[in-house]
Amino acid sequence: MTDTVLPYAAHGDPHDLRGLQETALGHEGPAPKRIVTGYGFWIFLLSDIVMFSCFFASYAVLLRQTAGGPSGSQLFDLRSVAAETAFLLLSSFTCGLASIAADLRNARWYQAAMAVTCVLGLCFLALEGREFSDLVARGAGPSRSAFLSAFFTLVGCHGLHVSAGILWLLTMMAQVYAKGFRADICRRLLCFALFWHALDIIWVGIFSIVYLMGSGT
Amino acid sequence: MNIFDPQGPVAAAEKTILIDSIAIMLAIVVPTIVAILAFAYWFRQSNPRAQYLPDFAYSGRLELVVWSIPTLTIILLGGVAWIGSHQLDPAAPVEGTGAPVRIQAVSLDWKWLFIYPDMRIATVNSLTVPVGAPLRFELTSASVMNVFFVPRLGSMIYTMNGMVTRLNLRADNAGDYQGLSAHFSGDGFPDMMFDVHVISALDFPNWVAKTANSDRVLNADSYKDLLQQTVETSKPTYRLDDPRLFEAIATQRIAPQPGPKLSTNAAQSYMGAPNAR
Amino acid sequence: MLGKLDWTAIPIDEPVPLIAGGVVLAIVLAVLIWAAVKGYYPYVWREWITSVDHKRIGVMYVLLAMVMLLRGGIDALMMRAQQLVAFHSDGYFPPQHYNQIFSAHGTIMIFFVGMPFVIGLMNFVVPLQLGVRDVAFPTLNSVGFWLTATGALLVNVSLVIGEFARTGWLAFPPLSELSYSPGVGVDYYTWSLEISGVGTLVAGINLVTTVLKLRTRGMTYLRMPMFCWTTLASNLLIIAAFPILTATLAMLILDRYLGFHFFTNEAGGNVMMFMNLIWAWGHPEVYILALPAFGIFSEVVSTFSCKALFGYRSMVLATMAICIISFMVWLHHFFTMGAGPDVNAIFGIASMIIAVPTGVKIYNWLFTMYGGRVRFAVPMMWAIGFMVTFIIGGLTGVLVAIPPADFLLHNSLFLVAHFHNVIIGAVLFGAFAGYTYWFPKAFGFRLHEGLGKLAFWFTLVGFYATFIPLYSAGVLGMTRRMQHYDVAEWRPWMIAAAIGVVVMTIGVIFQVLQLAVSIRHREELRDPTGDPWDGRSLEWSTSSPPPAFNFAVMPNVTGEDAYWATKAKARRQNLQVREPDYRDIEMPRNSPTGFVCAFFATVMGFALIWHIWWMVLLGLVGAFATFVVFAWRDHDEYVIPAAEVARIDRVNLAERRAAMNFAESAT
Repeated sequence: MTDTVLPYAAHGDPHDLRGLQETALGHEGPAPKRIVTGYGFWIFLLSDIVMFSCFFASYAVLLRQTAGGPSGSQLFDLRSVAAETAFLLLSSFTCGLASIAADLRNARWYQAAMAVTCVLGLCFLALEGREFSDLVARGAGPSRSAFLSAFFTLVGCHGLHVSAGILWLLTMMAQVYAKGFRADICRRLLCFALFWHALDIIWVGIFSIVYLMGSGT
Repeated sequence: MNIFDPQGPVAAAEKTILIDSIAIMLAIVVPTIVAILAFAYWFRQSNPRAQYLPDFAYSGRLELVVWSIPTLTIILLGGVAWIGSHQLDPAAPVEGTGAPVRIQAVSLDWKWLFIYPDMRIATVNSLTVPVGAPLRFELTSASVMNVFFVPRLGSMIYTMNGMVTRLNLRADNAGDYQGLSAHFSGDGFPDMMFDVHVISALDFPNWVAKTANSDRVLNADSYKDLLQQTVETSKPTYRLDDPRLFEAIATQRIAPQPGPKLSTNAAQSYMGAPNAR
Repeated sequence: MLGKLDWTAIPIDEPVPLIAGGVVLAIVLAVLIWAAVKGYYPYVWREWITSVDHKRIGVMYVLLAMVMLLRGGIDALMMRAQQLVAFHSDGYFPPQHYNQIFSAHGTIMIFFVGMPFVIGLMNFVVPLQLGVRDVAFPTLNSVGFWLTATGALLVNVSLVIGEFARTGWLAFPPLSELSYSPGVGVDYYTWSLEISGVGTLVAGINLVTTVLKLRTRGMTYLRMPMFCWTTLASNLLIIAAFPILTATLAMLILDRYLGFHFFTNEAGGNVMMFMNLIWAWGHPEVYILALPAFGIFSEVVSTFSCKALFGYRSMVLATMAICIISFMVWLHHFFTMGAGPDVNAIFGIASMIIAVPTGVKIYNWLFTMYGGRVRFAVPMMWAIGFMVTFIIGGLTGVLVAIPPADFLLHNSLFLVAHFHNVIIGAVLFGAFAGYTYWFPKAFGFRLHEGLGKLAFWFTLVGFYATFIPLYSAGVLGMTRRMQHYDVAEWRPWMIAAAIGVVVMTIGVIFQVLQLAVSIRHREELRDPTGDPWDGRSLEWSTSSPPPAFNFAVMPNVTGEDAYWATKAKARRQNLQVREPDYRDIEMPRNSPTGFVCAFFATVMGFALIWHIWWMVLLGLVGAFATFVVFAWRDHDEYVIPAAEVARIDRVNLAERRAAMNFAESAT
C-alpha cells in the first residue's frame, strides 16, 4: 500500500500514531507496518546497547590494568575528542534535517542533508582513525595492556558502528535517488535515523566515561 | 572419595547441610510427585467416578497455598544458605590442635605443587598433613584455571594465575585419601589426582625433617622443569630453596607456564610427554 | 593463499572422525542426488529454502534441531563408552580427541538442538495462536534461521577439516586463549556461535515484536495463550542476554586474533571477568530454553485435561518473575571462585527464589489436571514425565544453590546429572511434547501413537538409568570431563550409565521410527478437521496444514482459550455460521536473502577460522551486496485475491463440517 499523502494526520503532527488505538475497549488488531518496524528496530537498538554495556563494563573492570604501560590520562587528547564530538552531534542534527526533508518528500534537501551527515561522519572517523594510529605508533596499541584492549574495543566498536552506518547512509541516499520516497524506503529511513541518533547517545557515554573521567585519573 | 564420608569438620558440616536440605525438600517433593501421579490417574477420562469440574480454573485459597509452599521452603533453605555460607567460608580459619600448617598450592599443567614455606619443603602430587592441625592453604595457578579438591576433607576452591585464593581445612583422622582437580584444564587433566596422607601430629615433624633432607631442591631452575606441559607420575619431594617462590608465581614475577608449541598439523595432539601408562 | 589451511587439516590419522565424516558426506550426497533425480529442487527452493512463511521456517528449525540431536547424541554415546572402558586405560579416545567430543556435545546440544527446537516451535505456533498471518519480520526470520544453520554447519565441518575446541562447551580462558589452545578448534567454536548468535538475536527481535504488536482483534495480553506469554518472556531474555554472548566471544576473538588482553594471563587480563560475563549470558540462556517448554506444557496439560489452565494470571506472573530473576543468579555457576560469603549467599538465595515461581507453575499444572478428564495421548505423557523429572532436577538445583553444598558438588558428575535432569526433563521432553502435539497442524497427519509411547517410555527410563548413576558418581567425588580415571569405586556407576544411555538411544530410535512410519501411513493418520486434539487455542481453528495466510479472516477474540469459546458457540448454533466477508490478502514474497546471506556468512566464518583474509573480504562484500539487492526489490508482497481465499476457506470448512458431523453421528 503506497501512501502518497502525508503519512501523518491532518493536524500536522508527525508523531501522531494513529495505529495506537488500544483503548479500554480492547485490542484493535495488529499494529500498522510503520509502527511495527520502528518498534522492532528499537528493540534491536536495546540489544545493541546491552552489547555496548558489556564493553563499558569490561572497560571499567580493566581500567587500572595498564601492565606498567600508559594510562588514559597520559594518552587522551581532549581537543581531538571535542572535535569528534562536535562532528558527531552535528551529524545527528543534519540527520534530523534529512528526516524532516523525507517527511516533506523533498528529495533535494534530503540528499543534501544526508550528504552533509556523511561528510561529518567521515570526519569523525578520520579523527578517530588518526587517534588510534597515533596510539599504536606510540606503543600504546591494544596489545600493550588489558586497559588498552578494553579502550580500543569500546571506542573501536562504536567506530565500526559509525562505519556501518555510513555504508547504510550511502545506500539510503541511493535508494531515494532510484526509487523515491516509497513507504518501505521511508520505514528504512526511520530505522537509519534511529540508528544514527543512538550512536550519538553511545558516544556521549563514551566521551564522558572514557575520556572525561579517564583524563582525570 | 565419598563426600558422605567426611574426614574433617568442613566436610562434615557440608554433608550435614546436604542431607538436611535434601530432607527438607523431599518433604515437599515427594507428596507433590505422588499428587501428580494420583491426580493424573484418578482424573483419567475413563474413570466414571471422577468429577469433571470444567470451570475450576481459579481458587484464591489454593493460590495462597501454592505460592506459600515454595516460598516457605525457600525461606528455610535461604537461612541455611546464609548461615552455612558464612560459617563455611573457605577463607575463614578453622580451629584445631597444634600449630597451623601453611601450605601453598600451585596448579600446573598437569600436576600439583605443594609448597610448605615455613618448613622449607615442597612436594608434587602428594600432600602430607598432620591430624587435627588447622591447614591454611593459599592457592594459585601457574597456567590455566584449576580447582583444588579433596572430597573427604571438604570445600573445593579455584586456582587462577595472578591471583591467590584461600582455603582452610582440617583433617581429623589419620589415613590416606585422594584429591583431584575439579576443573578441566587440558589434555593431562585426568592425571591431576594427588595423594593426601594424614599422619599423626607426632610423626609429622619427622616427615618434614626427612623431606627437608631430600637431594632434590626446588628453585627457579627446577621449577622451570615443572613448567613443561607434562604429567607427573612419580611424586617427587623437594627441599625448598626460596620460601618466596609462591609469591613469585602468584604475582607473575615468574611468568605463567607457556602453552603447547604451535604445531604445523592443525589436528595434532599437544601433549608434551608420552602417556604415562 | 589459503591462510592456515592445508592438507594436514584433514585428520587422516584419526579413523573415527574420518569415517563419521565420510558417512555423513555419503548420506548428504545420496539425498542430494535422489532429490535431483526426482526433480524436487525447484519445489524445495521455492517452497522451503526461500520461504519466509513462519510455518515453513519453524519446521526447518525443528528439522535442524532433530538432525543435530542425532549428532550430539552420538557424541554422548561416545562419552559414555569412553568412561565405561577408560578405567586404568586410555579408552577408545586419546585426550585430544575426547576433549573435542565433550566440547562438541555440549555446544551442539545447547546451541543447535535446544535453541532451534524451541525457536522453531515458537515460530510455527505463535502467529497461529495470536490469530495473525505471520511474524513481524518474515524475511528477517528466514535470515535468522539460515544463520543458525550456518553455525551448525561450521561446527560439523570442524569434524573433518581441522579440529573442534577442546575446552568444554563454554571455552573458559586462559585455556581457550591462543597460548593454551593454538589450534583452530576454539576459532571454530567462537565464529560458529557468533554467527548463529546473530540468528538467534534476530529471532528474538522478531518474536517479541510479534507478541507485543501483532495480535488479532480482541486479543489483549491477558487473553493470549500461555505459550505466547512464555514466548514473550523467553525472547525478552534472548534480546537482553545474547548481546552479552556476542560481546564476550568478540573479546575472546580479539585476544586470539589481534593479541588483545581481555582474558590472558599476562598484561592484566582478567579471567574472572570472562566467568561473570559468560554466565551473565549463560544463566538466562537456560531459561530461554526452559520457558517455551513450560509454555508447551501449559498448552498440553490444559488441552489433554479438557480444562482451562488453572491460575492463568498466576502463571503469567510466575513466567515474568522467572524472566526477571533469571538475570540475578549468574554467580551460582562459580561459588567456588572465592567471592566471599556475603556475595555467595545472596546469589544462592536469589537462585532459590527462582524456584518459587517454578514451583507455582508445577502446582498450577497439577490443579489443571484436578477435575479434568485426562487423556494419555503422547504429548500428555511427556508432560507428566516432565513434571516428575523436573521436580527432581529442581531439587538438586536448589541443593547446589546452597554455597557450602556446592563446595562439594561443583563441576562433579552430580552437577552434570542435575543440569541434564532439568534440561532433558524440561527442554527435551517439552520439545518432543510440542513436536507431537503440533505435528498434525504442520503436516496434516498425526504421528503414530504406539511408537510415540515406546519412544517416551524408553527415553524416560533411559534418562533415569543414565543419570542416577551419574548423581552417585558425583557424590563419590568424580569430577566432569575425565578422559580416564583410576578410582575403582566410580567404575560400577560408569557401567550403569553406559547401559542407561543405550536405553535412551532406543528411545530416540523409536522417535525416528515413529516419524518414518507415520509418513508411510499418513493417509490412515490424516487429520481432516484441523483439530485432532479438541484444542482450545486459535491454531486449531485452521486447517491442517493451514493455508499460507493462516486465517481467511482474522478472528475476533473475546476471552481466554479463544477457540474453545468459538467451538462451544458453533455447537450451540449447529455450525450455521454466516460466511465471512472475504477480502484480498497481501502476503510477503519469498526471498533468497536468508539463504544467500548465510552462504556468505559460512564463507566468512570459514575464512576467519583459517585466516584466509581475502575470502573474509569477499564474504563481507557478498553479505552486504545481498542486503542491498534485497533492499532494491520493488515487489515485496503478493496478493491472494479474495476469490482464491474464499475457495480455500470453503474447502477447509466443508471438510471440517463433514468430519465433525461424522464424529457427532458416531457418538
